Amino acid sequence: MLLQDIVRLLDADVLCGQDLLDRKIETCCGSDMMSDVLAFCKCNSLLCTGLTNIQVVRTADMTELSAIVFVRGKIPSDIIVAEATENNLPMLATEHTLFEACGILYQAGLKGCKRGEK
Amino acid sequence: MSVKLNYACEGGNFDVAGEASAKIKKTLQRIGIPADVVRRIAIGTYEAEMNVIIHAGGGNVCAEVFPDKTIITVSDEGPGIPDIKQALQEGWSTAPDYVRQMGFGAGMGLPNMVKCSDDIDIQSTVGKGTNIVMTFKHKSEDL
Repeated sequence: MLLQDIVRLLDADVLCGQDLLDRKIETCCGSDMMSDVLAFCKCNSLLCTGLTNIQVVRTADMTELSAIVFVRGKIPSDIIVAEATENNLPMLATEHTLFEACGILYQAGLKGCKRGEK
Repeated sequence: MSVKLNYACEGGNFDVAGEASAKIKKTLQRIGIPADVVRRIAIGTYEAEMNVIIHAGGGNVCAEVFPDKTIITVSDEGPGIPDIKQALQEGWSTAPDYVRQMGFGAGMGLPNMVKCSDDIDIQSTVGKGTNIVMTFKHKSEDL
């Protein structure tokens, strides 16, 4: 699935990375706990989260995430969007809740990051 | 011959938390360490750096890059870990609520450092501080 498909499925706004929407997304993780993202997320995954602090960008950088979707209408500050832009990290925002966003993407064929799977 | 990097971490400053790990990651990428190895080092270092900022009121993150391995040493003069065996259990955390609200403190940090590194040595004395040494071999192994 391409990131542009995710934009359409979630009726999302693109906060940054408009030129990176052809990025291929194979797995997704939904969490507000960055500790869990660091422990379980595979590289090149999409992260759906309601957390909007700078640690989301740092966690994405360390774990090599492909993009972030902010759920529940949450929008990060301009400073955070700027840092993501610098890191070539696309950011989307949707009104869907975390559960709904993950459900829509799972139904469309996106797989989760299974624990213990390499 | 090795490349040595050293960064001080300011305790409680979450705006800059992770910057040392990000700089080490960029240097490792520039040197040409395999991408999956860089990812393991970055995650392990970031977990340790966050622990120092959350629990210890600051400390140091040091990376020494050799041709075949990278050694990350994270040290602090914080409260120390009373029971390391307990702290290594997934889900065990003493992080305060405000840290959890920032997405940390799930009790996954130390177990994740063990998972990411090829070797880890944790020395801690209550009231004196903690010193963690992680060794990462430069062999590719997906995480």
